[in-house]
Amino acid sequence: MIIRRSETVLVQGITGKQGTFWSERMRDYGTRIIGGVNPKRAGETHLDLPVWATARAAAKETNVDVAVMFIPPMGVKEAALDAIDAGIGKIVCLTEHVPVHDTMYVLAAARERGARLIGPNTAGVVTVDECFVGFMPAFNPRVFRKGSVGVVSRSGSLGTLLCLNLVQAGLGVSAFVGIGGDPIIGTTTRDALMSLDADPDTAAVALVGEIGGAMEEEAAEYARTMTKPVAAFIAGAASPPGKKMGHAGAIVMGDKGSYAGKRAALEAAGVRVCATPSAVADDLRQRLAR
Amino acid sequence: MNFEEHAAKPLLRAVGIETPAGRLATTADEAAAAAAAIGPCVVKAQVPTGKRGKAGGIRLAGDADEARRHAADILRLSIADYPVTRVLVEAQVPIAHEMYAAVLNDPASKGPLLLFSAEGGMDVEEIAATRPHALIRVPVDIRKGLQPAVLEAALPPALPCDRGALVDLLTRLYAAYAENDAELIEINPLVVTADGRLLALDCKLTLDDSAVPRRQALSLSGTPDRLTALETRAGALGLKFIELDGAVGVLANGAGLTMTTMDAIRHYGGAPANFMEIGGESYTKAKPALEIVLANPNVRCLLVNFCGAFARTDVMAGGVIDAWLALKPSVPVFFTIHGTGEDEAVAMVRERLGIEPFDLMDDAVKAAVAAASGARP
Repeated sequence: MIIRRSETVLVQGITGKQGTFWSERMRDYGTRIIGGVNPKRAGETHLDLPVWATARAAAKETNVDVAVMFIPPMGVKEAALDAIDAGIGKIVCLTEHVPVHDTMYVLAAARERGARLIGPNTAGVVTVDECFVGFMPAFNPRVFRKGSVGVVSRSGSLGTLLCLNLVQAGLGVSAFVGIGGDPIIGTTTRDALMSLDADPDTAAVALVGEIGGAMEEEAAEYARTMTKPVAAFIAGAASPPGKKMGHAGAIVMGDKGSYAGKRAALEAAGVRVCATPSAVADDLRQRLAR
Repeated sequence: MNFEEHAAKPLLRAVGIETPAGRLATTADEAAAAAAAIGPCVVKAQVPTGKRGKAGGIRLAGDADEARRHAADILRLSIADYPVTRVLVEAQVPIAHEMYAAVLNDPASKGPLLLFSAEGGMDVEEIAATRPHALIRVPVDIRKGLQPAVLEAALPPALPCDRGALVDLLTRLYAAYAENDAELIEINPLVVTADGRLLALDCKLTLDDSAVPRRQALSLSGTPDRLTALETRAGALGLKFIELDGAVGVLANGAGLTMTTMDAIRHYGGAPANFMEIGGESYTKAKPALEIVLANPNVRCLLVNFCGAFARTDVMAGGVIDAWLALKPSVPVFFTIHGTGEDEAVAMVRERLGIEPFDLMDDAVKAAVAAASGARP
């Protein structure tokens, strides 16, 4: 799920306010945006880029490696199935509040066609100094500087803080993988950890988790096998149980998904779990200096 | 969104799953009238939580007078802090056997999962812990729905009821799950009656909050979250706000960053007064958000932590500053701002409020915690 500058990106919903704003920023940063989709504006150009009626129509005319969706929640299922039908291999879904039954439907279709969904409810992915897909402040040098730490985060805002802390600690980021705050998502913490482990530009990993679900526990099983240092911050230690903390996935029911359980699983796997995001950066700086 | 038993059972009946005859009552007299019509009955507290029986919220009544007495008692109870305002009066059923059935959104298989146990009557955690082999798990391809042949093959060879009838009921249960955008639908216990019928004695339903826009009618019969007056006000504005008991008011963007801000406050010895996040589509609502945070009388200082990705920090900071200048609060405020729009946002805070934002979140948090404790009498 690391996206390279060589990969072509189609923006579903390119003509909307956010689609326009972020398409320009992605292109300025170096992302190979090759056009967009809006059924009502097919045949026109937008930001000097072609607009197609569907992702399928785009894929007939040109090679598309990645689709990114600026699509409202109730339109995500149709747009994602369009991208899957088009044979696009990576689909980034930024939308929050997608009905979970729709997500599960899309994931079943993606699995069958070998497509990878990132999200829903992700802020996107950044490959520093190459490209970014989504709405991350990749172009802000105080937040993103090229370095050797891979970051995986459920949250965009917290992921942004962690990347900032890495820069403040004198480090930088190889790739940022935002996986999304929903309870069911296409790319899990474990999946992202595996791809950062395989990435030659990544020497260490910052794992940014949250209370709720079991993704950090699953990721811990994989972290146990890694030789690259991994440090983690898990948000939600001070959150009361039984309440959804903004993200639909961030809720503790009984002892399921609790901070203590995640921390114990990660520590048992040799991951250093830190009390604040800045402590993650400090820990990785020390371990990378050795 | 959770549905109480009386609101969930009609969804079972709509797909052809039988439930005992019953009537909802809000007073002891209404319960007595229901019992007079129904006969020997069960009086059940209607609250959106489990363990009602253990709390004394489920009682058998032989006649109308007994039902009146039980209803009067139960209507005085609070179960898990929920005051009981309604009881369901249901016909007693001759139970031969208790089973368990549910369908839920399963993060592990990333699809629907049907759970069934021929041994029920306890909660699913207990079944999983004490009788792991009795709990059958059937992952479902949501595009195809629950296939009877798949289910047939997964069920144990020996069952305490008619096999065909059970397959039919579970298929209908799946339909109720699919048609209502359920996160979870659970029948516990699913009983086999003395005369061999299958009956849902209880039902629990959780509707996916993200599906509410397309399940408007259904959501009207769900139990709204218990909210404080301020939480209700925030909800009406589309803001996610949770009141807590600390003194450091929190305004941040994004769920992850807001939780982290709360964690850092605790880590440095303070206590957050609230969760308030204005990320995502809410980033333009800084002004009403700030008004709500400051309306909490426990707030002794404000910590503003923005890390903009999608949410532009210049827009959010502009809203906060406008609100701050209009409200003229007497409490101190501490800023830390990074990400999209950072330069403009930091400049605005400096120029319009004369305050220097902190570069490190940790330093802003420490300052806020110190201010909150210093301000205490």
